[in-house]
Amino acid sequence: MLTDLSLVEARDGLRRRDFSAVELTEAHLDAVAALNPRINAFITVSADMARTQAAAADAALAAGEDRPLLGLPLAIKDLFCTEGVRTTAGSRILEPFVPPYESTVTANLLRDGAVFLGKANLDEFAMGSSNMTSAFGPVRNPWTRRGDNRPLVPGGSSGGSCAAVAARMALGATATDTGGSIRQPASFCGIAGVKPTYGRCSRWGIVAFASSLDQAGPVARTVEDCAVLLGSMAGFDPKDSTSADRAVPDFAAACRRGVRGLRIGVPREYRSDSMPPEIEAMWQQGLAWLRDEGAEIVDVSLPHTKYGLATYYIVAPAEASSNLARYDGVRFGRRVEGEDLTDMYERTRAEGFGAEVRRRVMIGTYVLSAGYYDAYYLRAQKVRALILRDFTDAYAQVDALLTPTAPSAAFAQGDKMDDPVAMYLNDVFTVPASMAGVPGLSVPAGLDGQGLPLGLQVLGRPFDEETVFAVGAVLERAAGFRHLPAIWAGAPA
Amino acid sequence: MSGVIEGRDGPWEMVIGLEVHAQVISRSKLFSGSATEFGAEPNTQVSLVDAAFPGMLPVINGECVAQAVRTGLGLDAHINMVSRFDRKNYFYADLPAGYQISQYAHPVVGAGSIEIELADGSTKRIGVTRLHLEQDAGKSLHDQHPSKSFIDLNRSGIALMEVVSEPDLRTAEEAGAYLRKLRTILRYLGTCDGNMEEGSMRAGVNVSVRRHGEPFRTRCEVKNVNSVRFVMQAIEAEAARQVEVWESGGTVEQETRLFDPARGVTRSMRSKEDAHDYRYFPDPDLLPLVLDEAWVAGLRAELPELPDAKRARFVAEHGLSAYDAAVLVADQETAAFFETVAAGRDAKLAANWIMGDFFAALNRTGRGIGDSPVSAAALGQLLDLLANRTINGRIAKEVFEAMVDTGESPASIVESRGLRQVTDTGAIEGAVDRVLAAHPDKLAEYRRGKDKLFGFFVGQVMKAMAGKGNPALVNETLRQRLSA
Repeated sequence: MLTDLSLVEARDGLRRRDFSAVELTEAHLDAVAALNPRINAFITVSADMARTQAAAADAALAAGEDRPLLGLPLAIKDLFCTEGVRTTAGSRILEPFVPPYESTVTANLLRDGAVFLGKANLDEFAMGSSNMTSAFGPVRNPWTRRGDNRPLVPGGSSGGSCAAVAARMALGATATDTGGSIRQPASFCGIAGVKPTYGRCSRWGIVAFASSLDQAGPVARTVEDCAVLLGSMAGFDPKDSTSADRAVPDFAAACRRGVRGLRIGVPREYRSDSMPPEIEAMWQQGLAWLRDEGAEIVDVSLPHTKYGLATYYIVAPAEASSNLARYDGVRFGRRVEGEDLTDMYERTRAEGFGAEVRRRVMIGTYVLSAGYYDAYYLRAQKVRALILRDFTDAYAQVDALLTPTAPSAAFAQGDKMDDPVAMYLNDVFTVPASMAGVPGLSVPAGLDGQGLPLGLQVLGRPFDEETVFAVGAVLERAAGFRHLPAIWAGAPA
Repeated sequence: MSGVIEGRDGPWEMVIGLEVHAQVISRSKLFSGSATEFGAEPNTQVSLVDAAFPGMLPVINGECVAQAVRTGLGLDAHINMVSRFDRKNYFYADLPAGYQISQYAHPVVGAGSIEIELADGSTKRIGVTRLHLEQDAGKSLHDQHPSKSFIDLNRSGIALMEVVSEPDLRTAEEAGAYLRKLRTILRYLGTCDGNMEEGSMRAGVNVSVRRHGEPFRTRCEVKNVNSVRFVMQAIEAEAARQVEVWESGGTVEQETRLFDPARGVTRSMRSKEDAHDYRYFPDPDLLPLVLDEAWVAGLRAELPELPDAKRARFVAEHGLSAYDAAVLVADQETAAFFETVAAGRDAKLAANWIMGDFFAALNRTGRGIGDSPVSAAALGQLLDLLANRTINGRIAKEVFEAMVDTGESPASIVESRGLRQVTDTGAIEGAVDRVLAAHPDKLAEYRRGKDKLFGFFVGQVMKAMAGKGNPALVNETLRQRLSA
């Protein structure tokens, strides 16, 4: 089946004319039609647009064009503004919003010939670790526990993107990571996901959550697929002042480098007594694989790790409270009329935002308020600088770090919903790298005792995604992860 | 205006500081490529960034930064090589993002000063605390519909410089002089057109009063005053109000007030209870603004001659009085006009003509120096005709009026109207003789010692010669004949 192919395999098949781009897209649209009612990975399916793009790709292929993503069907996280295609950010407040512009990252993908199947579900405004906060309903993880059909969460916030890729409804997807929103759902869904260095991909046209942390990246079923996608997504954009004016390396080539001679750090602060033994065992297994391939394993310290989560939950809501002020019902999106301007704001925002978004806007407003700013926001910025220094110090000794991606496998829909702090703990391993802006990757390394995928996280130096890909690819080969979820295109009925 | 308010139980002193918002002259906005032209149809100069659409990001406009730095250099101020943009958060319908990008903690320009000139000829140096860049908001129109407000975002995102003074001003007159001087400097620099009627320069006035020698008391800010005259009136009104509050045993509360020019009073705009908490924090969409030493040096090298330097030069080079020089440099075009007229000529005469007949003609015709009916070159030619005695001073005034009316050159007016001065001694002698013969009684009186009739005879001779007699020759001839 065409949906069984990896992105690179599909690309090569198209080049060999084994099948057409239209056939490839139709196969994925069929999978979407069949599976999306159960998984809810897509908020909006843009089938007509996908068919038009696929036909254009076939024409381009016939004309001998060779663009990196020509004819490859992808899912686009519904946080990326797409011209003429509704963009909701998973929020009721943007339910009617159709952007008249294309985000830089998706424009780069279109430039390289990609086909867009539709807009992937997510936690509202990318705020969440379970995809339960979407105004368009939760996403179901295609994986289930062995002998237990209860629906599980795909993780978040890029849960729709990861579920779509895991269930083979798309070859790959765009995602965004603010505190773990690429890596944690990739781990929960048994796929690969990359959060590049802050500044590697333009943020222009991506609905902002926390501007100093938000970063776009790819998710796909292989590390190399992610490398190919990131190569198209990345690049300097003069429209984003925080985008890095650096050449985009050949990430796919880096996947073949191997790890011989690399020094891999094991941050001791990521160890805890409460870590499930299966995850500890998988971590050790990952280190053994790298050692077998010629890497040197080194213990390192990231002493401020324990402050990462608390700091993150000050900085990110603070920026969010300001970034979300524009959703006021005045110019676009949903408006609820009121008796006067203030009443209109209050009704619009009360009805437009869900509980988690309201919670974070309130936390953010609080930590920036006069009298609290110094104790919270300013202090958090200072700790953030220390966290960055931890990484800088560690990278003086090692080339990359290896940790588990998340402290658990996927949990059931509805779990942790009454305990925000327990929910926030999902990000404990991913948040420090977000705070430091360094690149990270999650690669599926095995299954836990209940048959659920677990991911390992590789962290690298700023703008050294190549080493991250090299390490990730070695782990992927060693793990030989071939397991299939319970729900996938082509699953026996 | 003394700045001293006589209260019921003793005098009060005013303490005044000004916050001036000056719209930066630039083709596009501070963080977007939209045009900045004044008076365009509503919402025609709005980009997606200005309207704060999802995912839109600000990118700093280098020309606006250059304008702020030029202004800082013109105010003799410290240029901060690293500054930062912060978000000032508040909700309003004409503030699309829900925050204004401003510079709160780290402005691009630090301390500087402005020297003001007062009516008594004295000068005073007023401290400038800082200058920072920020975005303007849009405009709410409440008079377009019975129950709705309309929003025009053309102004949204236009660059403003906020120039904050020290509380160094002590009278409304000083405040007026400060504003006018700041406006002159901005116009010289070409960084703001200073047009208060169009709102491209707006003032906020901080006023408090105190007994002599006391520390500062609580101040109030009177916001958005849009003319120099209103600023001066607002200061007087607000200071008088505060004196009344203190003297009747009350306490002045720190608050923002508005000036009502029709009633000549200030009124409360918002009280402490609903004061905004702006939740300033560094804008994570923008990197710190880091300036390059060489770039700043380049801007400094290209600065025009500023009014203080020009005034000093006019005094030193052209021998003008400090007052005349100050009048001429108040406007860059006037100063340039003067220099063109004065080049190679009698500079004091040029100054007198410009400040006298020329300004009067502009006033009368309602024209500005830019569209003056008399060019600097033409005025210079007129002065040349005076200098080479083609015409005399009295005729020169007549020729000038004809130049204003017709736009013709002075030479052609003199020729076509036969206004050339008569220096032919025979003609003058003839006229003198005829005048003396026609006034035997006056001649007799003069001879008896009534010397001041000399002027009468001069007048009669000039009249007989249709004003064209050379005054020196007329005087000389008359004197000879009368003493004969």
